[in-house]
Amino acid sequence: MQTILEALTYNRAGQRVVSPDYLLFEAPRTKHFMTGSEAVKETGKKASVDASVSYPITPQSEAAHLIGELWVEGYVGVYFRGESEFGVMSEIAGCAMAGARTITTTSGPGTLRAFENFPMWAGTRIPVQLVLMARGVNSPLSIQPDNLEVGFLLDTGCMIWYAENAQDLFNMILAGFMVAEQPDVHVPVITVVDGFFVSHTREAIMLPPDDIALPPYNPYKAPMPVIDAEVPPGRFLRDPFVMKSNYISYATHASWQWEVRSAIERSRPYAKHYLRGLIEEFGDPTAELVFVACGTAAAQAKEAVRLLEEEGIKARVVKLKTIRPFPIEELKQAVKDAKYIFVPEFNVVGWLEREVRRYLYGVSEAEIIGAPRVAGGMTMPAEVIVKEVLKLTGKEVKHVL
Amino acid sequence: MSYKIYEINEDLIDVMPQEIRDLQFRATWNNPKRGVMDLPYSKELIEEHSLCAGCPESMALRYILASLPAPEDTIIINSTGCTSLVFPHIALHTVHSLFGNQNAVASGIKRVLEWRFPDKVKDVVVLAGDGATVDIGLDCTLQSFFRQEKITTICFDNEVYANTGGQESGLTVKGHVFKMAPKGKQWDKVPFWQIAIDSGCHYVARLSVSSPKRVETVIKKAIYVAREVGPTYVHLYTPCILEIGLNSDDGLDEMRQRDKERFAFFEYVSEPAKEVIERKKEEGLL
Repeated sequence: MQTILEALTYNRAGQRVVSPDYLLFEAPRTKHFMTGSEAVKETGKKASVDASVSYPITPQSEAAHLIGELWVEGYVGVYFRGESEFGVMSEIAGCAMAGARTITTTSGPGTLRAFENFPMWAGTRIPVQLVLMARGVNSPLSIQPDNLEVGFLLDTGCMIWYAENAQDLFNMILAGFMVAEQPDVHVPVITVVDGFFVSHTREAIMLPPDDIALPPYNPYKAPMPVIDAEVPPGRFLRDPFVMKSNYISYATHASWQWEVRSAIERSRPYAKHYLRGLIEEFGDPTAELVFVACGTAAAQAKEAVRLLEEEGIKARVVKLKTIRPFPIEELKQAVKDAKYIFVPEFNVVGWLEREVRRYLYGVSEAEIIGAPRVAGGMTMPAEVIVKEVLKLTGKEVKHVL
Repeated sequence: MSYKIYEINEDLIDVMPQEIRDLQFRATWNNPKRGVMDLPYSKELIEEHSLCAGCPESMALRYILASLPAPEDTIIINSTGCTSLVFPHIALHTVHSLFGNQNAVASGIKRVLEWRFPDKVKDVVVLAGDGATVDIGLDCTLQSFFRQEKITTICFDNEVYANTGGQESGLTVKGHVFKMAPKGKQWDKVPFWQIAIDSGCHYVARLSVSSPKRVETVIKKAIYVAREVGPTYVHLYTPCILEIGLNSDDGLDEMRQRDKERFAFFEYVSEPAKEVIERKKEEGLL
């Protein structure tokens, strides 16, 4: 209780403002049973959110509806439906530029429709939070779970975090605001969950009480002037570098892109604190067989570890909570004694395998195996993961597939 | 806030560039009666525009910035094109985001400012070209009208994509030959002023910028109506003298000629807007 802010202030919704640490780690929690989408609503209720803009696309629509309910209930200041994801991501950018704490949601084709906005968000240095409920982006049309789109987002200049389940998502969204809004970070955060598996699945979740909330966003701590005509505007007079063809201009644009990436790097200590580490390890720490995974694939890998135990094979899971920044040192440390690294994924290209190979190149002797890979709405039963491992060991598959 | 955000720390006045000092001492702040007649005597809010010599768009920008009733509380939203060469030279809060999303960004900014500052007036004004407003940004432009966003949208119609080298746009006149329309444009110029009326704008004007005083009146009406009622739209003819083969000193003549035909002054005022305009006239602000 000592970490409650000394002066008990209240946010616009009339909730008591508490420190992020108190809300995330200390406040008493009670057990609820809800979907990932409902968990998004619960986060909105406790995050002193100023603005949200929505657009329908399966499977994120319910989360967006529920944020609308929060607006009716007075927890969110500005809420409306935009014209398309391109419009929505621009509208939410406007909200953030004007000094609002913002949250929005999208999925699959919506992400691609909105895409031009993501590097713009990063370059504008706005701490927008996008909750991405990943879904297939292929043609012919599919609305099913698939996380190919995350691979496209990796180099947009946004932080990319990946939640395993509804509880993870709840905690991550709250932490996301706190990390993204640090003055030395101040870039967008895209919080990913697998569509349907998390958005539509009901599970037990521990929640703090409704009458407390995060400290409101203070836009006057932002590294760029907030667009509200309350502070002096950025001065670009004389020889502005924008749209100019000279080396000063080129150097400025190049260094700004580096700076956005550096800002993501500077998020590491904050993310470590609020997420309690950038990775989570599960299973026998001496196991030489390691699953490196995120999201639902990590959850299924944990099940596979249990099944493998029955087969007499020791295995463990390294769950990556952040993809940008990539937990490079944590991963190196976690797999230093590994002989086999499996990267199970929900897409056909294996973007996470590519990331793992990139950062372990020349560091780990382990064989890296990009399997199993499922996509297009397929599930990843733990038995499928086990089968991949048993293929390697030459053992027979006991479990029925 | 107020023009105080433009005041320099007095210890630094000596070292600040002249144009920054001028902004504090010679610009017109806190005076809704400011207008184009101040241009010769006061510091302009645009510094050394980077458009072509004699470009009518630069005239339009100067008249608009001189006419804003509350520049100290005005946010300018730009788009890509020739206008994006100018926004860094504007002394106010300006945003350039993407090509075509200007009305979406403006909607977000306006709504949050209304919520954060319920007791203050913050004008949000979109300045964009014809390609940004009617082609690539059509969806965002119209949807902001449908949603009745309280913003003023000003389109600089030069009837061509000028900054990218002279390509046909939706506002090019039928038959005109530009790049990407090598046989001449095959379809009619989009009558966007009419579409703006049908889409819910409460004040719409179509004119060239040949008359500075008329531009001032139109801009003030558009901003006052947007503050209280809903979206407003101003369609300005700012010919690209470069792309239509005119000299630097031909812009005014070109506009005066079009004033008699496709850019004849046209104004639409909705019933709620009429009330605002009458009241502002009584207050001596129009």
